Amino acid sequence: METEIELRQFSSVMKILENNKFEKTRIVTILQQIQEEYRYLPQEVLTYLASALSMPLAEIYGVATFYAHFSLEPKGKYQIKVCDGTACHVKGSEALFSVLDTKLKLGGKITSKDLLFTVEKVSCLGACGLAPVLVVNERVYGQVNKNKTIEVIDEIIKSEANGNLE
Amino acid sequence: METLNKSLEQIKISYESKSKLSKKRIIICAGTGCIANGALDLYREFIQEIKNLGLEVAIDLQNENGNHETVHVSSSGCQGFCAKGPLVTILPEQFLYVHVKTSDIAEIIEKSITQDLVVERLLFTEILGGKTYKGTNEIPFYVHQKRMVLDGCGIIDPTDIDEYIAHGGYFQAEKAYKELSSLEICDIIEKSGLRGRGGGGFPTGLKWKLTMKEISDIKYIICNGDEGDPGAFMDRSLMEGNPHKVIEGMMIAAKAVGANHAYIYVRMEYPLAVQRMKKAIIKAQSYGFLGKNIFDTGIDFEIEVMEGAGAFVCGEETALMSSIEGKRGMPSPKPPFPAVKGLFGKPTLINNVETFASIALILHKGSEWFSQFGTNTSKGTKTFALTGQVVNTGLIEVPLGTTLREIVFKIGGGITMDNGEVNLNAFKAVQIGGPSGGCLTSKHLDMPLDYENLKSVGAMVGSGGLVVLNSETCMVKIARYFMEFTQNESCGKCVPCREGTKQMLALLDEIIEGKATLETLDLLIELSKVVSKASLCGLGKSAPSPVLSTLEHFREEYMEHIVNKRCPNNQCKALRTISIDKEKCTGCTACLRKCPVAAISGEKKQAHSINAELCTKCGICNDTCKFGAIVGFN
Repeated sequence: METEIELRQFSSVMKILENNKFEKTRIVTILQQIQEEYRYLPQEVLTYLASALSMPLAEIYGVATFYAHFSLEPKGKYQIKVCDGTACHVKGSEALFSVLDTKLKLGGKITSKDLLFTVEKVSCLGACGLAPVLVVNERVYGQVNKNKTIEVIDEIIKSEANGNLE
Repeated sequence: METLNKSLEQIKISYESKSKLSKKRIIICAGTGCIANGALDLYREFIQEIKNLGLEVAIDLQNENGNHETVHVSSSGCQGFCAKGPLVTILPEQFLYVHVKTSDIAEIIEKSITQDLVVERLLFTEILGGKTYKGTNEIPFYVHQKRMVLDGCGIIDPTDIDEYIAHGGYFQAEKAYKELSSLEICDIIEKSGLRGRGGGGFPTGLKWKLTMKEISDIKYIICNGDEGDPGAFMDRSLMEGNPHKVIEGMMIAAKAVGANHAYIYVRMEYPLAVQRMKKAIIKAQSYGFLGKNIFDTGIDFEIEVMEGAGAFVCGEETALMSSIEGKRGMPSPKPPFPAVKGLFGKPTLINNVETFASIALILHKGSEWFSQFGTNTSKGTKTFALTGQVVNTGLIEVPLGTTLREIVFKIGGGITMDNGEVNLNAFKAVQIGGPSGGCLTSKHLDMPLDYENLKSVGAMVGSGGLVVLNSETCMVKIARYFMEFTQNESCGKCVPCREGTKQMLALLDEIIEGKATLETLDLLIELSKVVSKASLCGLGKSAPSPVLSTLEHFREEYMEHIVNKRCPNNQCKALRTISIDKEKCTGCTACLRKCPVAAISGEKKQAHSINAELCTKCGICNDTCKFGAIVGFN
C-alpha cells in the first residue's frame, strides 16, 4: 500500500520528468515545473529526482540554491513581488516593502504565518515605465503607492474570507 | 497545414485583401505596462460594444474568410509610451488615445469608428504648455525617434504571423536560405557595421564568421534574452511585440553559421515574453519556417525557449550556457570563446535579442542603407528604455550618436521632481548601462552617444537602460544601490567579486551612515581597482563602475557625507536631523505617544521637541503628524 501512495504523490513529478525526457541537462526546467506544481521544492521530491535522473542529490541541491526563483520553503498562496529595479527604486519601492512588512506582520520573514502571502524583493520586472511596480502572482500593478498597496492586500484578504464562507 | 503550399507572396496578398475589408482598425496596446493598466478588459469590451452596435468585428484576420466590411480589433506589443497606457490607436486616421478606460469606449466608437471624428479629451496633452497631439506622427515622443528595429512593434498583432508576412516578414529568411551563401550573409552583416546590442558591442558579422569557420557536427545558436539590467526592457518589448522578427533573425543566423538548433533564453520575470515567443515558434513551425527541410532547401532548424530562474549573472554568455546545460549558472574563463567551444562543448553563436531583430532589416535594405545611420564606429539605431524621473517614460529607438539632450528633453519631455512636478532645470544625471555602467552628467548632454564615447567617460551602452535622475537624488545612495545589486548577484565563483563587492558595499554603508573617514574613500577606490582587474567575468569587472563614475562626477557629494556628516539631498536616513517646527506643532501629543523609542517630549498643547540622541529616524512621527510639523524628512 505504501508504494501506491508514493506513486500517486509523485505522479505529477513523473509526468514532468517524462515531458523532459528524463534529461539531466533539463534540470532547471524540471525544477521550475515542480515549483509551479508545489509552490516550492519539497525535499522528498528532490531526493526522488536524484534517483530518477541518477544525479547526485548535492548537484540538484546546488542548482536549486543557485537560482533566486527556487525556494526550499513553502511559499504563500499569493506571491507578492516588489520590483526593486533602478526605476522603481528611485520612485520609492523601499517604502512599499516596509508597508507590506508591517501590514502582513512579517517581522522580517518573507512568508506570512497563514501561508497566504509571500513578499519578495525582486530585480527589475521590466515594467519601468510604470514604476514603482508590484506583482501579485501574475497580475501587475503599476504606479503604486503605500495606500494602493494596502488596498490591494485588503482586497485579497476580503476575497479569501468570502471564498472560505462559500 | 495548407499554408505550407502557399508562397509568402500569396499569404501577403491574401492578408492584404482581407485587411482591405476593414475600413477601421482599433489597436489596443497589450504590452506588460498597458495590461497592468487594464488593456485586456478594454480589448474584450471594444469587441463586445462593436458587436452590440450590429457591426461586424474581425479579430483574427488569419481565419477571416468573409467578404463583408468589418471593424478590425487587434492587440499589439508594446508601443513604448508606457506611462500613458492603456493606449488605443485608431487606423487609418492614426489617432492615439491615452489612459483609455472602459467608460470611454462608447464615445470612441461613436466618434472615431462610425464616423471619422477625434475624441479630443483622450488625446495626449503635454504637461508643460498643454499642447494636444493627435497621433504618433505628431507627438514629440515619437517624432524625434527613428523606429527601425521597433518598426511594427506596437502596430502588428504579435500572434498573427500573416500580418508579419504582409509587412515583408520571412521574405529575407527565404532569400537567405534559397539565394545567399553563408559567407555572403556574413559579409552583408559585417559591412553593415552592426555591433552586438547586448552591451559589449562586438562586431556581429565578425562573430558570425568566426562561428561559421569552425568545423563541427553540431553548432548552436543562442538568443540572449536574459535582460537582467534593472531599468532595461527593450528585449522584453521586442519579444512581446514582434516575436517573429527575432525568429527570422535567428533563422538567417543559422543559415550563415550552419547551425541546426537554437535556444532563446528568457528571464522568468518576463512571463508574457515567454508565452508570445513560444506561440510564435509553434506558428512558424506550422508554416514550415522552422523544423525539417526549411524552404525546400534540405536544411533543418529548430528553436527552443528556455526560461531562466532568476540569476542576473546568466546574462553573461558563458554562465548562460552553463544554465542551459543544467548547471549552476557560473561563468568560465574565456578563451575558449563560445564560437569555438560553447554550449555542450560545440561552436555556438550567441547574440542579443535586439541584434537578431536587426538582421532581416539589414538583409532587406542592404548594408549601405543601414550604415548611413549612426556614427563612424557605431552604426544603425539603438533602442533604449527611458525611465526614472523623466516626463515621458517608455521604450525609444534613436540612431546611435544621438545626444543625451535630445533623448531626455525632446523625447523624454524633461525632468520630474519627486513630487511629480515638471522642472526643466532639475537634470542631475543619467545612469546608463545598469549595474555595469556609469552616470552621465550635464557635461555630457551634448555628447553623441555611441560605444566609444560612452566608454571614454567610464560608462557603457550596456543593454540600453537610461535612468534619469533629478537634482533631489543622492548619488552615493545610487552607487550603493548598484553595489547591493551586484553583491547580491555575484555568483561566488571568484574571490575578487564575491568578497570585493561585499567589502565595497560595507564601505559605502559606512559613508551613508556617517561613519566614514577619508581613508574609507581611499580604500574604496583601491578595492574598486582590484575588483575590476581581477574578477573572472563581466559582472565583477564592471561592478565598481557605478562607484567610480559617481565618485568622478559627484566627489563633492561623497565629501559632504564623509567630512560634514550630511547628505546634501537629505536622502540618507542616518544623516538626517529630525526636529519639530515649534510654529506648526500644536502639542497634540500624537507623535509623542507613537514614538517607539520615547525620543519625543513635551507638555500637552505646548510645542514638543526631539532628543536627537534617542531618535532612530524611523519616520513614524512624520507619518502621524497632521500639521506637517516634523522637519527633516522628504
